[in-house]
Amino acid sequence: MTGLEKRSYWRSVYRRYGDAEQAGRKFLVADAGGRVVGFVIGEVRDWEFGSQPCGWVFAIDVRPDIRRSGIGTRLLEAICASFRRAGVRKLRTMLARDNTLILSFFRSQGMMAGLFIPLEMDLET
Amino acid sequence: MRLQKNTSLALYSVIEFAIDPARRISAAEIADKYGVSSHHLAKVLSELARAGVVESVRGVGGGYRFSGNARRLTLMDIIQLFEDFDPRARERREPKELTAVDMALGAVLSEIDEIAKATFSSITLATMLRLIERQQSGATTAAVRQDGERTAVRPGIPRSRDRKSNGRRKLA
Ligand SMILES: CC(C)(COP(=O)(O)OP(=O)(O)OC[C@H]1O[C@@H](n2cnc3c(N)ncnc32)[C@H](O)[C@@H]1OP(=O)(O)O)[C@@H](O)C(=O)NCCC(=O)NCCS
Repeated sequence: MTGLEKRSYWRSVYRRYGDAEQAGRKFLVADAGGRVVGFVIGEVRDWEFGSQPCGWVFAIDVRPDIRRSGIGTRLLEAICASFRRAGVRKLRTMLARDNTLILSFFRSQGMMAGLFIPLEMDLET
Repeated sequence: MRLQKNTSLALYSVIEFAIDPARRISAAEIADKYGVSSHHLAKVLSELARAGVVESVRGVGGGYRFSGNARRLTLMDIIQLFEDFDPRARERREPKELTAVDMALGAVLSEIDEIAKATFSSITLATMLRLIERQQSGATTAAVRQDGERTAVRPGIPRSRDRKSNGRRKLA
């Protein structure tokens, strides 16, 4: 969740997630009278780190002019409901530490630090 | 990151006020509840008032009342009033005096601080209140499971009138 525009990336995301609900992939949009005002993308993953199947949220976005009116919450509720129907009992996401907005949003939904700590390093060329 | 006593006291106080924004609470009441001197707490509360988080109430008994915006105010906003996060404040030596060991340890410690800051910055008071509610209903369900009856269970945060009966709590 970076906030950068990446057209080709999104096109490939759409190809993978937009088409029906296959292999646990979810792409939901918030529709306000025919206008798309937000979306959420996620997936059920059951292969990671030997953990139970869990629902991942990769991206969520609401149009800036109508934020803070509960649409983000409803989108997340909708994807959670669909994860639940798929038998999933855990929701996960990964966020940039300095993106206070999106961190605050997920915190407000009751999400807390999980059992995993992401680590990374630069690979020298 | 280790919070100083004043900082935890401020967090406890602000939450206390935000739980019931209409309620006027005296410094003595909070001081008593957390086992600190009123004099000590008065300094914390006047700093919170200076920042606009609480406002003092005139009249009989005096005291303070919540005056911040619980949806906007984060734990970090409060912590920042009492802590100095400038790493230079902690490090008394000049940068050129630092050894590789200093720098490596510094890198690990600042990793922890960065996570702490991100956490505190992303939790608003409104989120905190919801968290408290969840703890209470969690405690309630646990208690219900234990004694198998619903009626006897009361949530953990004391309301104003039975605050005393809950006894004092010491800050860690
Ligand atoms: C995060 C986001 C999805 C939230 O959508 P939204 O429709 O505004 O969310 P809601 O109205 O349901 O807000 C729910 C809670 O989130 C928290 N929240 C939302 N915006 C916040 C902000 N600016 N500051 C602090 N907390 C905030 C609040 O606790 C809020 O509850 P409240 O309004 O009762 O205080 C939206 O702000 C967004 O799209 N941000 C950009 C996300 C981004 O960077 N995406 C990049 C691609 S993934």
